[in-house]
Amino acid sequence: MSATPSSNGSPESSPFTLERGLAAFRAEIDGPVAAFFSSCVHCGVCAQSCPFYLETGDPKYTPILKLEPLRLIWAAEFTLLGRLKGLLGLNKQVTDEMLTQWEELIYDSCSMCGRCSLVCPVGNDIQAMVRKSREGMVASGHVPEGLIGASVRAVQTGSPMGLQWKTLQVQINHIETSTGLTVPVDQAGADYLVMLSSMEVINFPEYLEAITRIFDHAGVSWTLSTQCFEATNAGIQIGNKDVAALLVQRVVDAAVALGVKNVISPECGHAYTAIRWEGPNLIGRPYPFHVFHIIEVLDQLRAAGRIKTEGMETDRLSLHDPCNLARKSGVIQQQRNLMDLIAADFVELKEHGKFQWCCGAGGGVSSNERAEPLKIAAFKMKKAQIEEVEPARMVTMCATCRTQLEEGLEHFNMDIPVVGLTELIAEHLVEHEPAEQAEGAT
Amino acid sequence: MSDPMDFLLLTKGPLFNLAVTVFALGMAARILEILVNGRRPNYSEARGGQWLPGLRTVLTRSVADPGTFKRAPFNVVVGWLWHLGFIVTLLFFIPHIALIKSLLGLSWPGLPNPVVDLVTAVTLVALVATLVHRRTHRVKRRISTPEDYLVWTLVFLLVLSGYLAYNRIINPYPLALGLHILCAEVFLIVLPFTKLTHIFTVFIARWYNGASFGRRGVES
Repeated sequence: MSATPSSNGSPESSPFTLERGLAAFRAEIDGPVAAFFSSCVHCGVCAQSCPFYLETGDPKYTPILKLEPLRLIWAAEFTLLGRLKGLLGLNKQVTDEMLTQWEELIYDSCSMCGRCSLVCPVGNDIQAMVRKSREGMVASGHVPEGLIGASVRAVQTGSPMGLQWKTLQVQINHIETSTGLTVPVDQAGADYLVMLSSMEVINFPEYLEAITRIFDHAGVSWTLSTQCFEATNAGIQIGNKDVAALLVQRVVDAAVALGVKNVISPECGHAYTAIRWEGPNLIGRPYPFHVFHIIEVLDQLRAAGRIKTEGMETDRLSLHDPCNLARKSGVIQQQRNLMDLIAADFVELKEHGKFQWCCGAGGGVSSNERAEPLKIAAFKMKKAQIEEVEPARMVTMCATCRTQLEEGLEHFNMDIPVVGLTELIAEHLVEHEPAEQAEGAT
Repeated sequence: MSDPMDFLLLTKGPLFNLAVTVFALGMAARILEILVNGRRPNYSEARGGQWLPGLRTVLTRSVADPGTFKRAPFNVVVGWLWHLGFIVTLLFFIPHIALIKSLLGLSWPGLPNPVVDLVTAVTLVALVATLVHRRTHRVKRRISTPEDYLVWTLVFLLVLSGYLAYNRIINPYPLALGLHILCAEVFLIVLPFTKLTHIFTVFIARWYNGASFGRRGVES
């Protein structure tokens, strides 16, 4: 029964076949998956945690249903009863037709936000199984075009948006002119290697300027790398370990080449989970450095008294926790500590932190043009939350979330600007604070 | 010796042994076939532990978060009601305790019969409500399989037959009791091969969930 890739006499040389897909699904089944499927009682509570179901009302978007191909393979090949049924030819087969149908469920209608994994009464980590299912979808060739494009660009150019270092260099020049500071590049032995996301470079250039000013203020030793500046990982979103490992390896190589102690993931949710949690497993060994999200680093600097701010934002601010950062990575209190520094009128969304609601754009949904209507539908959950507390502005710390919030609020004619937390902190730095502790960052 | 008595003896003797054997071997196989898959090594730098968060989730996942309770009150309330009713009846009805004592040597105080009777009646009503919900709620209807209805029927018949036997609604009594024991035996035989396995695997699933989130510093 073992499927050897592309050796089945098919005249076409496509590396993506049903056999390879089934093998990839099979390879993803482990103890947790077996325990989860053994425990599902079809209660349907997961649907009540999914913005794609709640905002469309279509039961096909019930999270557990999205896992049906993976479940069929588990039931047929990883259970005694399934093997017996297999001998009698009684198992339902996973076919190309089925996977074509499931493509929308596994990609378009799932941002892998993980809320279902937190509410399932029997404890099924549904999001983790969607991530696993995507491996099978890629190997069998059932992937949305938009995600294929992003992955190919990421592999070929280093950036899912095709961004080159020269574009970033122009931005660096602008920042150096406007701030009078130096943006360190390729500084061997720096404490921190700062990674970026293309979306940030293109849509939110204020982020890099903010980092430059904050790190100068706090006396942090940091650098960018011309070898690799892109932290996002299209391989994680599309669900292909080979691509994901290749992209992670580039970050690791850059960090090792410069001998940095720490790597900072930008204001991007999935980039953080990709480098922080999946990365070492993709390359099969621990890193010789630590990984932090920029918000963690800023909070460490705050706690060490190295960030001095003045003045407060007086309008009503609320916070959107990116799923990847809060629910999936436990970075919840840090952003609140930072908000306390600069926000006089901070209001929490009712369900926040690990129980926040997804913006609807993560997990590759925003790179998948076809999913646009679903992405806007899912945003309505966030919109309702925002309307409930009526903030003047929203603050977040993920470029994808920020873009989705901006576009979604615009779509619904809501005049609520969205700002990044890092730039908000930078706006309140005490001017000309001497950088006393030029060395020895944590 | 009457036929109902023969039937009762059959259910209490050979059938009971068969059911317990299939249940024990089947369930052991199911748990083994989960655990042998194991987990791959995790090389990422842990933010928290796994064991305690895992055990914590085993307990805490029994209680819905406030948002989920608000969005799925029926699932939460009726789910709790019938599970509790089932467990109370199973573990605190005095004849059940006597059976457990004869098998395992363990015993504990039971509840007065009228209390168990009332709990059983409430459980039956709650079970009917879950069936109606499964047939009418668009999500549950969409994701339900024939197995869901089979399992519902077995659970319902098990509780109902106990209720009928206790209240002497079916006569003669040996027949009523034999039917109840037979239902329990079918339940035990089917358990390892259906979603009823969650009675045991839920602890493993919740632990894995809590351990995975706990490692990343999240209480799940």
